[in-house]
This record gives sequence, C-alpha cells and structure tokens, in this order.
Amino acid sequence: MTSLVVRGASILGGDTADIHVVDGVIVGVGAISEKADRTIDAAGLIALPGLVDLHTHLREPGGEASETILSGSRAAAAGGFTAVHAMANTSPVADTATLVERVFDQGVAAGFVEVRPIGAVTRNLDGEQLADIGAMAHSRARVTVFSDDGKCVGDSLLMRRALEYVSTFGGVIAQHAQDPRLTLGAQMNEGSVSAELGLQGWPAVAEDAIIARDVLLAESVGARLHVCHVSTAGAVEVVRWAKRRGIDVTAEVTPHHLLLSDENVRGYSPLFKVNPPLRTSEDVEALRAGVADGTIDVIATDHAPHSASAKDCTWADAAFGMVGLESALSLVHATLVNPGHVTWDGVARLLSTTPARIGRVEGYEHPLTTGSLANITLVDPSFLGEWGVDRLVGRSHNTPFGGLELPGRVMSTIFRGTETVIDGRIVDELRTA
Amino acid sequence: MKHLISTRDLSRAEAIGLLDTTADMVEVRGRDVKKLPTLRGKTVANVFFEDSTRTRLSFEAAALALSADVSTLTAQGSSVSKGESLKDTLQTLEAMGADYIVLRHSHSGVAATVATSGWTDAHVINAGDGTHEHPTQALLDAFTMRSRLSGATARGAGLDGANVVIVGDIAHSRVARSNVWLLNTLGASVTLAAPKTLLPKDVTEWGVSTSLTLDEALDGDPDVVMTLRIQKERMSSGYFPSESEYSRFWGMTSDRSARLKDTAIVMHPGPMNRGLEIAGDVADSARSTVTEQVRNGVAARMAVLYTLTGVQS
Repeated sequence: MTSLVVRGASILGGDTADIHVVDGVIVGVGAISEKADRTIDAAGLIALPGLVDLHTHLREPGGEASETILSGSRAAAAGGFTAVHAMANTSPVADTATLVERVFDQGVAAGFVEVRPIGAVTRNLDGEQLADIGAMAHSRARVTVFSDDGKCVGDSLLMRRALEYVSTFGGVIAQHAQDPRLTLGAQMNEGSVSAELGLQGWPAVAEDAIIARDVLLAESVGARLHVCHVSTAGAVEVVRWAKRRGIDVTAEVTPHHLLLSDENVRGYSPLFKVNPPLRTSEDVEALRAGVADGTIDVIATDHAPHSASAKDCTWADAAFGMVGLESALSLVHATLVNPGHVTWDGVARLLSTTPARIGRVEGYEHPLTTGSLANITLVDPSFLGEWGVDRLVGRSHNTPFGGLELPGRVMSTIFRGTETVIDGRIVDELRTA
Repeated sequence: MKHLISTRDLSRAEAIGLLDTTADMVEVRGRDVKKLPTLRGKTVANVFFEDSTRTRLSFEAAALALSADVSTLTAQGSSVSKGESLKDTLQTLEAMGADYIVLRHSHSGVAATVATSGWTDAHVINAGDGTHEHPTQALLDAFTMRSRLSGATARGAGLDGANVVIVGDIAHSRVARSNVWLLNTLGASVTLAAPKTLLPKDVTEWGVSTSLTLDEALDGDPDVVMTLRIQKERMSSGYFPSESEYSRFWGMTSDRSARLKDTAIVMHPGPMNRGLEIAGDVADSARSTVTEQVRNGVAARMAVLYTLTGVQS
C-alpha cells in the first residue's frame, strides 16, 4: 500500500482541503489526519483533476525526430495532463488494431500519462475507404475517437457512412473541418493581413461550411460529432445553432486560437504557421465568448511538434503546427480565467471532465472526490513569468510564446497516485515497465 | 535603412530621396564614363530562386555601374535545385563575403525572413518575393511617373494629386502591392481595377479606391494607367473565363487609350502579353513608358544600392 496526502489545496479554486490518496485512488477529501508515505504541501495551490487532452500529436511511429510517445508523455505531464489522445496521422497511419495497440502499449510503458490512441477514419487518411474502425474499437486500446486530423473527411457520402459506422461502435468522429478545395495552397487566414502579405488566403468559410454540413449529417443519421480546433466566429455560430437544435455535437478550441491572431503573422515567422490558421482578433473574441457560454466544450492543445529545420526556414516551406502541452494551462489562465470568462471549476470541465467524457476516458467522472482515480494537477495561480523554451520538456521547441509573460504554473501532477511532476519539475526515469 | 524589403517601410523623405538619387544616377548613365566607384571592393550577390532575366540583368547592370563585384546564382543548375535549403544557401553566400544580397523568390516573405533570420549580415534587397512585394519596380515606376508628370529634373517632389489606375491581377501582383504603398506615401491617389476574383479579399485598409471594370476607373480621368501582366493559367483556375473577355473588360485597348487625356501615360512592368492586357499599338504609342521603365530600372537599382551603402560607411 502506498499513500499520499495533498495538504491544503484549494479544491477547483474553492474551499481548501486535504486529499488522501491510497494505491492510486482518492480515499478522502477534507481534513485528513492520517499519516502518509508522502505529503505534498499545496498551500496556495489550486487542485484540478488531471488534465485530459483530446488532440495531441505524439508523432510516433514515423516522426521520432520531433516527438516520441515517451517524450510527448513527459511534455503532457509537465503541462498537468494525465491523459492524452494520440492523433492518428503517424507514419504508418494508425488505421489498424495492431497499430493502435502498439501506441497504447508504448504509452503504458512510458508511464507518464494515459495514452489513448485515436484511430483513423479512412485507411491511410486517404479519404477513400474506411479504416478498420470496429477492430480498433474492440482492440486492447479500446479506441473511441476516430479522426483523419490533418486532413478533412471532405467527401459528403463518405462522411455520412463514417458517422453511421463509427456510431455503431459507440465512437465519435473528430472532424478536421477544412474544405480541401477552398483551401488549395492556403497559407494563412484570408483577410486584410493575407492581402497585404501576399500569402494565399485560407477563408473562414472553408471551415464554417464543413461544420455546417457535418452537423446536419450527424443530425440526419443520429450520430455524435466532435469538431476539432474551431477557429472562426462563424464556426462558433454554427455550433451554437446546432446545439440549440439538439444535435449531438461537441467542439474544441486550442489555447493558441484563444490568444493569437493573424496580426502575429506579419513578420513571416513560421512559428505562427498553424492549421487552422490564426484568425482575426474578432474571431479570438468570438471563441472566448463561445467557451464562456458553453458552445465550445473543450480546450484541446493540438500539440504539433516539429523539428527545428521544419521551422527555421521560409514561411511557405515551414510545417504547420506548434507545441502546446506545456503552455496550455497558462494560456487558458491568461485568456479565459483572468478576463473572467471561466472560473477554475470551469477550467476543470474544459480541460478534464468534458474531454474525458467525449473520449470515454474512465476515472474523470467526479473530479477530486472520494473513490475517483487519483489524477490530480496542482497549479500555482499566483505565478507570473516569462515563457521560454526552458519550460518545454518534449523533443521539439516550436512554441510561438517565447518571451511572453504568462500566468500560472503546474507545480505537481499526480497520475493514478504517482507523482509525475514534483515542484514544477518532471520526474524522470519513472518507467513503470 | 539597412535592407529594402517593402515600400511600406519607406518614409516620404526616404522615398523622395531615392527618387532624387535615381535622377542623379540617370545623369551618371548619360555621361561618357558611366560608372561610379561607390561599391569598389564590395560584392553584390544576385540570388534568383525564380527566373527573371530582365530584373536580374537590371540589378547586374546597376551593381557593375557602381563598380561592385557581381556574382549571380540562379536556381537552375545550382545546389538549390538539389534540395539545399535557403538557409544553407544564404549562409554559404555569407561565408563567401557577399555584402549585398539581391533576392528573388517565388514565395512571399522570403526577403523579410532572410533579413531577420540571422543567417546573413548582408544588406538584403527584395527583388520580388512571391505575391508580396517588388519594391525596386515600384521605385522605378514612381520615378518614371514623376519624370513624365513633373519633368525629369524635378527634385524633392512627390506625386501629390496624381491619379493612378492599376488594372489587372491585383491579388497575385507584388508590383501592385509595392506600388500602392509607395504611391500612397508619395501622395498619389490610387484606383485598383479588376474583377472581384483578382482583387484581394479585403483591401479596405489599403487606402485605395476600387473599380470593377477599367472603363469605370477611366471615368476618373487618370494621369497614369498601369497595366499588369496577366498569367494565362488564371483562366484554367476560374479567375476569368477567356482572353477575349478579359480584354473586353480590363484590357488597355486602343479605344480606351483614346479616352485618356493627352498627358496621360500607360505603363507596364513587362513582359507584356500584347493584345491581352495591353493592345500592341498602345504599347508602342507615345503614351507608353515601357522602355523608359526598363531604362529607369537600372538607375533606380543603382540608387537603392547607393543609399543602402550610405548607412554602412
């Protein structure tokens, strides 16, 4: 029996209590008098349930130069996460039971977070033939989220079939909403900045129109739909309309789309090149409002590691994406908590409870209560400091936030009762194997 | 001014200074001895990742006229086509001691990236980057306009009150962008004429007027009509249906030329599609400044090299 007590944390930003953990399960919350093997002084810290990311690129297999399941798991733990969903666009693509089981097993071996593989919707992400969806759902990895992320399931008939087939197994499609034809050669948000910079525009309608089509398809076949990284005001409006209509849709937004806009692209720094592109400041405001009123259900990082050479180049040659696991909570703190859009229990909902529910991840149903799995993140809300690559523990350093003053710091992450982050530092050589 | 990346960065004083220096260089070019010693012992590297014979020749002539050593790298047959990265190419040129890098690239923003990347300490001159900017073209165009409207010896003058129409593929034109920013700075009023498919999505912040046809733009009695080269592949991409339709609504035809006031000029950055964006007889008429633009191009590029040198010494 191993035991641990967290002393004096503000539970979800509210009352202060101790949390008693025995063998990976929370056995008491309140005034705990029992002695434990280990005690964490959490005075001044906020206790959140372990964070759950619905959208992580771990790059393994195939992209180990930029991230591995182990290095990405460490980055996740450093960011306060205890579960991540590993996107399917690896090489080879995660489109069979064998591949998702391999990712799952390596996640277990890494031991920092629960790695939940996402299965491809279509074989090799080609958008032509369904992947082995049932086999992945019934594999040891128990895949529940299916996505061709990086690519959009553009064909309407195939999307309809995919929604029907995935719902047969109780899963959900996470759609990367990007009309492929409307974004041919697109480089950045279409608008006054792209017009000035001479970069091929990426119109908002290319996202909005796919989401509008997909919510109607989901309604017509009675399936569940999740929309990845919503980035436009129009998309928020479509999702809001769909929810009012009773359609079973959920939506995520990335931390970077809550902060940055296309104005950041003016210097052509490839660190700001991301898919979907950074939109206008009006879109940023609409996304924050969408989170505040519940239209957007989830914050997901879209953590997208790239090697240095993929970003130390010209804009057109650079890869799309930015790392996001380590900075996610600070950005949510800066863009949603500080301006008063959400409280800390809202953060728990956006970054843990709801993504866990969408991904059918067990143990997050009743955060920080007796009987729950001991997935706990302790945040120092008073911290304010300059963000730098020294805060990154993954393999890639493509963050655009260098030099920004950002609030909040993850001081402790507890994954099923085991500390993965202590005093703000990642615990190493914690391989459970 | 260490680099010339964008005309947007130029103050009015800097812009007029460059035009005045261009006038000086025109005068030098008219002498018996057509060279200045300004860049003796300096190296100008012309780096052309995109083919452009006329711009490359113009920059070479300008650098030679200032007594620089000139090396030219074009994408064909170089390590660039073997997959060497831009960064490696630039660092190689830096190591070889290039003082000026004249850069042409098919991607927008490359000149800015090179200037700010730390890959090189050289002066960077943007010789055209994708659909972003072509600042020396705008300078030679402005000088050509000033010479025709105010006389070749006009000094210290901008283009205040000049009414300039730019017609054609604005959306994909670096020439149009550089001209708009520079003409705004110099006090001209600009009207862009194009079908909606060839206008950038949102030009509200450009400080220009727009017309959907050339005839509508000509109703404003312009002093200058600048026609842009139209890429024929735009037709297959659905920007407009046919050459005859383009010519009908946006071509600088003889009939439209006849509508212009006597002093109005017609410009084209070259190379021209005669009969498409500009009628052959208009291109050869007294209104046309096409060859003048080429001639002034060398002087304008000399002025840029000369002005950037002033900062260094």
